[in-house]
Amino acid sequence: MNSVFVYCEIEDGQVAEVSQELMTKGRTLANELDCRLEAIAIGVDLDGIKKQIFPYGVDTLYVADDKRLYPYTTLPHTSIIVGLFEELKPQIALMGASSIGRDLGPRVSSALHSGLTADCTSLIIGDHFDKKQDKNYENLLYQIRPAFGGNIIATIINPDCRPQMATVREGVMKKEVLDPKYKGKVVKVDFEKYLKKEDFVVEILERHMEKSKVNMKAAPIVVAGGYGMGSKENFELLYELADVLGGEVGASRAAVDAGYAEHERQIGQTGVTVRPKLYIACGISGQIQHRAGMEESAQIIAINTDPEAPINAVADYVITGDVAEIIPKMIKFYKSNTK
Amino acid sequence: MKAYKIIVLAKQVPDTRNVGKDAMKADGTINRAALPAIFNPEDLNALEQALRIKDKFPGTTVTIMTMGPGRAAEIIREGMFRGADGGILLTDRAFAGSDTLATSYAISQAMKKDNAFDIIIAGRQAIDGDTAQVGPQVAEKLGLPQVTYVEEVKDIKNNKIIMKRRLERGVEDVSCPIPMVMTVNGSAPDCRARNAKLIMKYKHAKTVTELQNSNEDYLHLYNDRPYLTIPELTVNDIEVDHAELGLSGSPTKVKTVENVVLQAKEAKVITSADNDIDQLMRELIESHTIG
Repeated sequence: MNSVFVYCEIEDGQVAEVSQELMTKGRTLANELDCRLEAIAIGVDLDGIKKQIFPYGVDTLYVADDKRLYPYTTLPHTSIIVGLFEELKPQIALMGASSIGRDLGPRVSSALHSGLTADCTSLIIGDHFDKKQDKNYENLLYQIRPAFGGNIIATIINPDCRPQMATVREGVMKKEVLDPKYKGKVVKVDFEKYLKKEDFVVEILERHMEKSKVNMKAAPIVVAGGYGMGSKENFELLYELADVLGGEVGASRAAVDAGYAEHERQIGQTGVTVRPKLYIACGISGQIQHRAGMEESAQIIAINTDPEAPINAVADYVITGDVAEIIPKMIKFYKSNTK
Repeated sequence: MKAYKIIVLAKQVPDTRNVGKDAMKADGTINRAALPAIFNPEDLNALEQALRIKDKFPGTTVTIMTMGPGRAAEIIREGMFRGADGGILLTDRAFAGSDTLATSYAISQAMKKDNAFDIIIAGRQAIDGDTAQVGPQVAEKLGLPQVTYVEEVKDIKNNKIIMKRRLERGVEDVSCPIPMVMTVNGSAPDCRARNAKLIMKYKHAKTVTELQNSNEDYLHLYNDRPYLTIPELTVNDIEVDHAELGLSGSPTKVKTVENVVLQAKEAKVITSADNDIDQLMRELIESHTIG
């Protein structure tokens, strides 16, 4: 049975969170399909990388280790993946829906003429009956994602082309170590045979990467603002509340697009997914892409002037009113009733 | 100083950001007619980068290429009002139902027809699908290098283009030889507004089909001013393998589409009155949700 394959993103010798989450998901899919889970690490100084990868239940780790392969550039990574996939023929290939995975994925899928579905929010195995061909397909990957501005949920399949490729955002899947002592094997990739001289035409002249300052995924409380907040200044109220409660500030895509908050605070299908103890949605209408990133929160409070806002449907508490009036009251009560 | 031939890949999309209540039909399908059709926002960021190159390197031409139904010519005119020199509409029923791969195939075959480009610039992604795939797939099909997530074109020298990329956790300056494909982020500068002189110059610009269907009093215009005719390409004008087009050329299939129906939870509805807010906060503190 052909494998499930995960592309591991590596920054500063660390396997990216999203790749760890995908290996966790990949293991589940591989168990269901009764096949092996394989992964690839492409970069430099990767001797110790296996220790970060095998615990997720990876059976074979392919390693391409060379100083020309780090930091990531499109063409050499594409050539290695395409070459390897042509030989290994994995049935499923997963990548992060990050600036790397969304750069690499389409290029690989074009070269292999395989289908790729971006930003999936759920991946499950299922069958498909094609009426036109009167043909039954077993154990396909259902790639499920919102589309059309979140007004529909589409299930996409790739009946005939392999690998079935999907990208998933960081935080959408849960990461879970299978077994810290899981025994996999390392295969050194003979990558030179896949690379061409022209693969190195794009040069990185300068690079400034920052450790993310915002850690919304770990925050027990998220205070999020939407377009309804009206301005960047009004967002200050949210920072104040988050500060008092010991939480982080998040934002909807509309608020980020309007410049009210930084991109790294974006919650939803095209941002991060959070599962805090308490989520306070302020001036957020609650389109499905946003809800996809927060609806698993333990408790949700929605504050909105519109009593019909879609966010109210997932809320435990609905407050209809003005955020600017309500938040100061919350802060006041909290300060005077806790130590 | 060198001039460049730039193609901007653009898409006309339904404005999914402003979906009103009448956007869904009773049967749960999308009522496209109820949604305004707009120039995909990040494609406008792409157009602006192209126009800036044109400002800096006189003689540079900017051509908008779009694939879609006849009405997609609207965004070509829109682009011309903002500074593009012209456009090409790729339109044919055979393209209907294309996924990103079949779309990229059709576009790249259209590009190969004249091979008249140095730089291809596309928006990072379109708001109706958010896939960000067509740019890189066109690059692969043309055998060109790609640079995605571009925020700024900094310079072009020695046949190399220098760009700043905006990534989740940082920025990168990269250099890439021409010809190449880049995709531009929404964080890049907004597109310049329409220009009154260009509106006057191009307001009668029409595709061949539009011209045939109109009762234009100005037919002589189109003979005197060739720039008013927007060329159309159909499958008959480009070299294609029909099996690679439309639904049959699309490896991904839509198995099911579900309308999003909200199952409302039992929510406590409270007002903004002091008592209500105090009671809420008390409950949250008592349940150790906060504090």
